[in-house]
This record gives sequence, structure tokens and C-alpha cells, in this order.
Amino acid sequence: MHGYSFLRPLIVLVLAAALSMVISVSIGSSAVALNETLSVLFGGGTELQQTLILDLRLPRTFTAFATGGLLAVAGALMQVLLRNPLADPYVLGLSGGAAVGALLAMMAGVAGVVVSGSAFAGALLSTFLVFGLAHGTGSWTPSRLLLTGVVVAAGWGALIALILAMSPARQLPGMLYWLMGDISPAANPLPGLILLALVCLLVFPLGRSLNVLARGSMQASALGVSVRPLEWVIYILASLLTATAVTMAGSVGFVGLVVPHMLRLVLGNDQRLILPACALAGGTLLVLADTLARIVIAPEQLPVGVITALLGVPTFLYLLHRSR
Amino acid sequence: MNPLQARQLVIDIPGRTSGQPLDFTVEPGQVWGVLGPNGVGKTTLLHTLAGLRAPRNGAVQLGERSLTDWKRRRISQQLGVVFQDRQDGFPATVLETALIGRHPWLSPWQMETVEDQRMALEALQALDVAHLQNRLVNTLSGGERQRVAIATVLAQAPDTWLLDEPTNHLDLHHQVSVLGLLKAQAAQGCSVFMCLHDLNLAARWCDHILLLFPDGDACWGPSQQMLVPAALERLYGQKLMTAEIDGAPVFVPAGSSDPQSS
Repeated sequence: MHGYSFLRPLIVLVLAAALSMVISVSIGSSAVALNETLSVLFGGGTELQQTLILDLRLPRTFTAFATGGLLAVAGALMQVLLRNPLADPYVLGLSGGAAVGALLAMMAGVAGVVVSGSAFAGALLSTFLVFGLAHGTGSWTPSRLLLTGVVVAAGWGALIALILAMSPARQLPGMLYWLMGDISPAANPLPGLILLALVCLLVFPLGRSLNVLARGSMQASALGVSVRPLEWVIYILASLLTATAVTMAGSVGFVGLVVPHMLRLVLGNDQRLILPACALAGGTLLVLADTLARIVIAPEQLPVGVITALLGVPTFLYLLHRSR
Repeated sequence: MNPLQARQLVIDIPGRTSGQPLDFTVEPGQVWGVLGPNGVGKTTLLHTLAGLRAPRNGAVQLGERSLTDWKRRRISQQLGVVFQDRQDGFPATVLETALIGRHPWLSPWQMETVEDQRMALEALQALDVAHLQNRLVNTLSGGERQRVAIATVLAQAPDTWLLDEPTNHLDLHHQVSVLGLLKAQAAQGCSVFMCLHDLNLAARWCDHILLLFPDGDACWGPSQQMLVPAALERLYGQKLMTAEIDGAPVFVPAGSSDPQSS
């Protein structure tokens, strides 16, 4: 009975994701009609159209999809971990650590892979910092973890301001774009997509334990869940997903908050459904946001993080306002 | 079944002296009631017996083995806990909530089967909340939530029930039906161990009583031997009047103007 009820929403989301990608690759500085786009995707079209869509636009669209999916799943995992629907990798300071890592690399004058690697290291450092400090003398509670995350994030924020103030003026635009979240056309979407698929598979055996954990750690223990190991798995997984997303697209906020919340309103809170749904819907959202970012002030591009923040901030405030 | 046993058990409440170690076995068919004033450690004892808190001294055993030697999942197949506080941070329906009681019995790769659905639904029916099955738990009244929590453990089908104030928020009729259900579970060979506030419910439904005194003293045994006015007055620091109705003692607090015993 349960299995069938999972299938329909997922099929709808797969179709939505496919549609968003087709729209994304057909819109741009030189528009391609939808039917021509489809024919290119199935191997037809002119050579110019093929280069434009398959080599230039499709990788970027995949990168956007992977980034959005990873962030949404990471957000959903963090929310179960902290039993708090307001949790998000960005609220917990992961992105702050990544940003400091990336900006330090940029300030040193390097580019490309080193910036990504440095951002990844920063995100992981932030993870261990937050978890280590929140763990402290042993009494590890969700509220303490959340508070530690918020304070560490504020610390990263100060470091970011310091780096920006000390950096030469010519490096500032690149840094600001990174901070606002910008899908780099050069990124390779494959690792992100593979990671996303792996997590969606892993969710199946873990899903029911996550459902039980959402009822509180005592209740979960009483129902046979090994709470502490499971919490570590979730935190490390969420950090890995965030770090990977951040290396592809800089600091894109609020996807991890908005997407899981919207889906829970519609689909309920069974993690076996919500997590794959987050991967699909988060990807779709970021693909559409990226498309929007490319056309709003064309030929200039907006950083995609601006779009997601404009969507995310009102949602976050609405949630806070509504929560008891 | 493996009966739950406290062996020279001292619960750990920071800043409190250890008091008398507890040493008892909750045999199949028995219904135990724990009585004591606020803050005496009833909930802590229950959590310790469930293996959710480490004791300061002694051990909790399930059958011949200490709880710490059992796998968490195997414990949860034998021991069900109804908590006093519940966390509903995320919305979930009543049926979903009862279904998580089946978690200990399913392997990670299994979905809930039709059989699990049936057990969850029957548990909801037994607690008179089946008509709410599609409602969100956070929209229910306190008493309805309490019954859903008990239904979850009924769906879990443990040998030993640990309950923290199971009659909280329940109206008179549902107090009686919940305690009747627990008594019926005991009659089928389960054992029940619960913290209670209501002396008269304990007198009526429990065959064994554990008294936890504020000074760390404790005593336990068959109800008739434990439920004597002098001990209960010392327990609560409150003078009581006793009557007998239908062969069972009934305790009523004497007016506050009465001189304190003790």
C-alpha cells in the first residue's frame, strides 16, 4: 500500500524536472524553440544548435540540478537531525566555512579547482567545529547544536567581512559573485549527480529510522534505533552533500529550507518519500532559478543565490511567524 | 518471555544521595504501579529500566542478560515505553504514528506490510482513536494524543510495558478503559510497570506497588501490603482518609486544615 503511494508524486516530480531542464536549455542569449530543443536532445538539429545546447547549456543545467538537489536533501536531513523544520546547512554555518575557504583561495590569487577544494575543506572544517563544540562534555542536544551552528556562522560572517576588506579591489567582483551563489559553467556536474543518486538509494534502508528519529531521540531509542550513530551518519552525509554543492555553485542559500518545507506540506513527512522528492524538486527549483537569473537582466546574469534568497527569506519568516 | 529485573539498581539523579537500591522482578502477568511525590525520580527510574539512561549503580536485566548486552532493536521488541512528553516537531497522521510502533519488527529493507497496517489500525481501535486515523497528531487534544501514544506501543506488541503516567489527560471513562486494556495485556502473559499519580487507580488496578520516598527510601511488594495509610501519608506528606468500596481501599486527602501527620 505504501509503495504505490510513493510512486505517483515521484513520477510527477521526474516529469517536472525533465520539463524544467528542457526549458532551461532552450532559453538563453540565442533562444531555441522547444521542439527544436527536443530534437537536439534526441540527436537531431543543426551543428550550431547541438554545440549550444549539448556542450554549453546542458552541463550548466545539470550543475544547477545537482546543486539544488544536494542542498534540498542536505536541508531535509539536517531538519530531521535537529527535529527543527528551520534547520538548514546555511543556518548551521557550513556555507560560511566554505565561503571563508573559497575567499582565502581567491585572495591568494588562485582559481578553479583550488577554490572548490578550499571551499570543500572549509565546509568540512565547519562541520567538525560545530559538531565538536556542540558535543562538548557529552550532553548533545538539538537546540545546543543549532545555537552552536548559528554562532559559528556569525563568526564565519565576520571573517568573510575581514577578507573582503583586505582584498584588492580587482578581486572583489569575483568574490561577491561567489558569495551570492553563482553556478559556474565550467563545473563538472557528474560527481554531484552521482552523489545525489547514491544518497537517494541509501535513503531507502535508512528512511524508516529517520522517520522514527523525527519523533525525538528518546522515542527513537525506545523503538530500537541506535540514535547516536544514526545522527553522525546524517550529519556527515549532510555536510558532504552541502560541501559538494558549494564547490559547484558557491553559496546558494535557502534551497535546503524552502524545498523540504513545501514538500512536507503536500506529501507528509515520510523520509522515504521526502528525500528523493527533495532531490528532484530542489534540482528543478534551482534549474528554474538559474534560467531566471540568466534572463532577468540579459545579457548580464544575476547570481542564482539572489533569486533563491528572494524566495527563501519570505518563506523562512513565514515559517518562524507560524511556528508556536 | 524475558522478565524485566532491577538488580541492586540505583538510579542516577545528579546531586542526590543514592538511597536504597532497588531489587525486584516484574513477572509475567503482573501489573506494577510506582507511587511517589513529584520529583522523586519516577520518570528517571522508568527511563533507566528502559535502558535509556545509565544507572548510577547496579543493573537492569532482561531475562538473564543485562540490558547493555542486548541489541537496541532486540530490546525494543520486548520492551515498550509510553513517554510522558512527546515531540511532534513534524506533522504526522495518527495512523503513521501508530505504524512506527512496528519499526522494531521490520528490517531496514522492508516496507510496512498489510499485516503491520492491520495491527496499527487494531491498536487504534482498541484505544478508541481509529476514527482519527487521518488527522494530524498535533491537532488532537491531550487525551487523544495520550491514547495514540498507547496505541503505538500496543502496535509494537512488547512483552513488558513501561508507562509514564498513562492516565494523564484522560477522562474517567478512558482512564478505566486504558487500565483495563493493560490488565488484559497482563492476563495474556505480558507485564506492566507504570508510574501513577492516582492512588485509587493504583489500588484498583495494580497487584504490585513500588513506593519511592523523597528521602531515598523505597519499598515494594504486593499491593495489599504496600497500600497502608501510614506509609502513604509518609510518602506524600499528606494526611489521608480511607474508606472501603467494593472490597478495595479508597484514599481521599484530608482537608488542608487538618494537622499533618508525619
